[in-house]
Order: sequence, then structure tokens, then C-alpha cells
Amino acid sequence: MSDPIIEVESVSKSYGGVKANVDITMNVQRGSITGIIGPNGCGKTTLFNSIVGYHPIDDGSIRFDGKEISDLRVGDIARLGMLRTFQQTRIYSKMNCVDNMQISVSQRADSGFLMFASRRGEIKDRAEHLLEFVGLYSKRNLISGDLSFGQQKLLEFAMALMNEPKVLLLDEPTAGINPTLINGLIDRLQRANEELGITLCVIEHNMRVIMNLASHIYCLANGKMLADGLPADLQNDQRVVDAYLGGH
Amino acid sequence: MSIDKNSLWTYVALGALGIFGPILFPDYTLSIAYLWMMVLMASTWDTLGGQMGYNSLGNITFFGVGMYASAIVQISFFYEGGVGEYTSAMGSIKPEFTAAEYFWGLSLGIMAAGIAGLAMSLLFSTFMFGLRGPYFAIGSLGLAIAAAEITITINYVGGASGISMPLFPGEIEFRSTFFYMLCFGFAVVSHFLLRWLYSTQFGLAANAIRDDEDKAEAMGIPTLAYKRLGWGIAAFFMGCMGAIAGNMAGFIDKEVAYPIPTFGIFMVAMALLGGKGTLWGPVLGAIIFHVVKETTWTYLLNLQWIALGLILIINIVYFQQGIMGWLQTKFPERFGIVVDGSTSQDADGGNAGGKEAA
Repeated sequence: MSDPIIEVESVSKSYGGVKANVDITMNVQRGSITGIIGPNGCGKTTLFNSIVGYHPIDDGSIRFDGKEISDLRVGDIARLGMLRTFQQTRIYSKMNCVDNMQISVSQRADSGFLMFASRRGEIKDRAEHLLEFVGLYSKRNLISGDLSFGQQKLLEFAMALMNEPKVLLLDEPTAGINPTLINGLIDRLQRANEELGITLCVIEHNMRVIMNLASHIYCLANGKMLADGLPADLQNDQRVVDAYLGGH
Repeated sequence: MSIDKNSLWTYVALGALGIFGPILFPDYTLSIAYLWMMVLMASTWDTLGGQMGYNSLGNITFFGVGMYASAIVQISFFYEGGVGEYTSAMGSIKPEFTAAEYFWGLSLGIMAAGIAGLAMSLLFSTFMFGLRGPYFAIGSLGLAIAAAEITITINYVGGASGISMPLFPGEIEFRSTFFYMLCFGFAVVSHFLLRWLYSTQFGLAANAIRDDEDKAEAMGIPTLAYKRLGWGIAAFFMGCMGAIAGNMAGFIDKEVAYPIPTFGIFMVAMALLGGKGTLWGPVLGAIIFHVVKETTWTYLLNLQWIALGLILIINIVYFQQGIMGWLQTKFPERFGIVVDGSTSQDADGGNAGGKEAA
């Protein structure tokens, strides 16, 4: 019953002398929510960058939907249906929210004429619907750069949904969001997973969030895979506790 | 592509100037023709420079390439000896073209010029779009300088001594009116093409590339294709305009074909003055710039460059977004820009309900 959509196998990546990822192996099951945790600087974001093709990897193999993608570039991988959001939120700051959404439509089926497509009609309806989904409908005509950080984060999430990806990699989705909004965000992540069928892979520091959200969690430390398992197992794993408390 | 009331009146006013200008002020026909040429240059520069944030200082390259391409086509089509013989005679051969030959040659020449400009931009895009920010600007300037220097080494097109263009078969007044209509026509066509283009997904993608190209790439937008298209359109129209300008001038050489310190810089200055990244900014900027330039050339001779420099300094120091950009921040609601009255911080949680609250 194992059906991995992302298969990372023995991936290593170093920056000069710094070994950011060493021999990492992990799988993300289709339709699941998978978590990645680990102390700061342990290589989580580097792993994300390797998966989405932001930089070439030194060694190993990454497959998406059975296809080797470790030699593809960011744009190609995005067009296959795997997107990521950024830890430092990135939106098109001088455009309004609806425009941000409309330009985020999937480019997968593009035959070259999407460039000249009109912006009205179905695309706009869907953009507004998704803005409503993340609670930004009333802000839809504002310049996105004027939104608060938390709202920009929600917008970035909505933009990713607009793209209808198969897999969405989220880099610390709750960082910088006020606590009352976090529950709403968890709920929306779960709904995106269940209702829209998007496989999620989430880097998260907030243990309460990740333990509630993920069905399987990987823990990295010092660039190596330390442990993986069910949330409950990992919480009681002495190695994980030590890594977080600095006992490593 | 709907046209609002303000734009409609602007079109009526500009259309009236375009059509009746040369009739009412026949002495200024060529000056107004240059105005439309500058409108086209600034507007097409803005496609890549303003909308996408790639400040090209080398768009004048396509102007020069187009000018030479049209000269080659116009001469070689109807002169048996070909361009080489024509140019090596250093102007002592003056073939008589019939009116039909001339106008056919010119039409084909303009088409060839547009295609040559486009082809050149596609060639440049294979390596130039690896550069960003100031590196792209300087790199593109280098292309223009290199193109100018390479041109004078090619004896086939007359080298440093240039080429005399075929003589216009007609009255001098008709000649002015004819080239005037060409400039005006191309400015109008390019404007409406860009207007339509900015209203499609292209406009959004261009702005997305300007705001955060890496993000756009990460979202799967084929950024290179958009950049190629944006530059290609500019190159096509610059090529066509080069062909027209070459024929207006009557004689072309390096200085006429690659006016880097004048038109090459003017087009950027005009777009910045009017407001880059907007449809009307470059048009407005070109009109103001041209009027000031012509007035100072007439009444403040010797001080004209100082006057233009002063405009640039005021523009850069006090109005970096240009006139349209300044108006948009001053009167956002007139441009359909919505500003949030409430403070955005506490709206964080409060507006999570979204539509229900609205």
C-alpha cells in the first residue's frame, strides 16, 4: 500500500566545506501530509531546495511520481506539479491580490497561448473563491505588499493552491502568524489535503502544529536523517528530544 | 479590452493632434513625426524595462539593424548591381527608382527591418537574459556599441562612409506627409498592441517577473519565454522605425543608425519621466520630453542639454516613479487602486472570515 509520490534516495549536498545534507533518504506518500522537523540549521530548507531543483545535488536521486527530477530545474519541476512556498514569504508585492492569484494558474497544460489569455471569467472566479478560502476576500483588491506579514503568508498559500499542484512543499507555514490564526491555517491545510487532494510536505518548528497535522514525520539533525515515524513515536524518541534540546 | 472615459478623451485629443497636426502646422510636420517616433520608442522600451524590470540600454541596436536591413532590401531588390556595387561607388551611382519600385522596396524594407530586429533580439536573448539588474543594462549597452562598431567594418554596407538611401519619388511636402503618416501609424499600432497585451496574462506575468522573478520561476511561469516575447516586440517595432527613420534621413551611417547618446538614452529618460511600467507613462513622458527638447533647441540654444539634464535630475531625485506613478500614489482611486483604510495588523485575525464580513 506504499505509494510514494516523492522518493528521495541517498541525497547529499554540501556548500563548500559545509555538509548541509548527508545521505538523506525519505519518502512522501501520495495524498499524505508529511512533516519535516529538526533544529535550526539542520538542513531542512536545503533538502527542500534540492527537491524542487533550486540547486543541483551532489549525489543521490530524487524521483517525483516515478520520474527522476534531480537534473531538472525549478520551472520544469513546478510545471510537473510540485510547488514550494518560501520561509521568507514571496509574493508579487506591487500587484493586487487578485492579480497575484491570477498569474499563479497552473502552467502545466500550457500550449503557448496561455500568455495571451484573457484575465476574466473562470480564472478570476477561482482566484476570488480561493481568496475567500484563506480569508482574504475582503482584501482582494489591495496591493499585496501592503498586507501584513501573516496575510502575505496566507496569500502565498492561496497562490500555491491556485496552481493546483500535486504536491506542495511548505516551508514553515505558521512562522510569524499570530496564534489565533494558526488554528485556522491548520484547518485550511487539512482541507487542501482532503478536499483538493494535494499531497503536503511541511517543514515546521511549531510542535503542536506538526504533531496534529502530519501522519508521518522525519527529523533531521546536523544534515543527517536522525529518525522518522509516527508523530507519537517521534515525540517519545530520546534522540529527537536531545537534538532539540541541544544534547546532540 | 475596455476603454474608460479618460482614455477615450486622451485618444480623441491625440488622434486629433495626429491627424490635424500636420495640416494646421505644416512647418512642424517632421517634428511631430519625430514625436510619434519617440512615443513608439519609449512605449516599446517600457515593455521590458518598465513592465518586466529589465532596463535595456541597448534597444537602439534594433533601430540600427532595422535601418541597415531596409537599406539592403530596398537597394538590392531594384538595383541590378546589388548593394556592394552601390556602396562601393560612394554615391556616384544614383539609380532612378520608379514610384512603384520605391514604394514596394520601402514596404519590403520595413518588413525586413522588423524581422531583422526580431531575429537579432532572439539571438541576444539566448545569452543576455542570464544577466539581471545593472548587469543587463550595461550588457545591453555593450551590444549597441558593438553593433555600431561592427557595422562600420562591413564594406558591403558602405563601412564608415554609409549609404545614400533611394530618392523619394515625389514632392518634398508629400514626402514629409508620407513619412509622417508612417510614424504616426506605427505608433498607433504599437500602442494598441501593447494595450491589448498588458490586459492579458502577459501583463501579469511581466509584472510578476518585475516583482520577483525567482518566485515566478518557482511557480512554473516560463519566464524566459515572456522576456523573449517582450523584447522581441520592442525589437520588431524598433526595427520598423529604424527603416522609416533611415528613409526620412536620406543618408545613413553609424551615427544615424545607432544614436546611442541621443535616442538610445532619450527613450529610457522619457519612460522614466512619464512613469515606467504604465501604459500611458511613456506616451506622456515622450510628449513632454519632446516639447521641451524642441522648445529649448529653438529658444535656448546652447542650453538645451542643460535643460534636458535638469528634467532628468528633477525626475530622478523627486519623482522616481515618474508622472503617472506619482499621480497613482496621489490619487489611487482614480486608477482603480484600492487602499486599505483599516490598519492591516489587527485585521489579521479579524478578517479571517473573509466574504461573510464584507
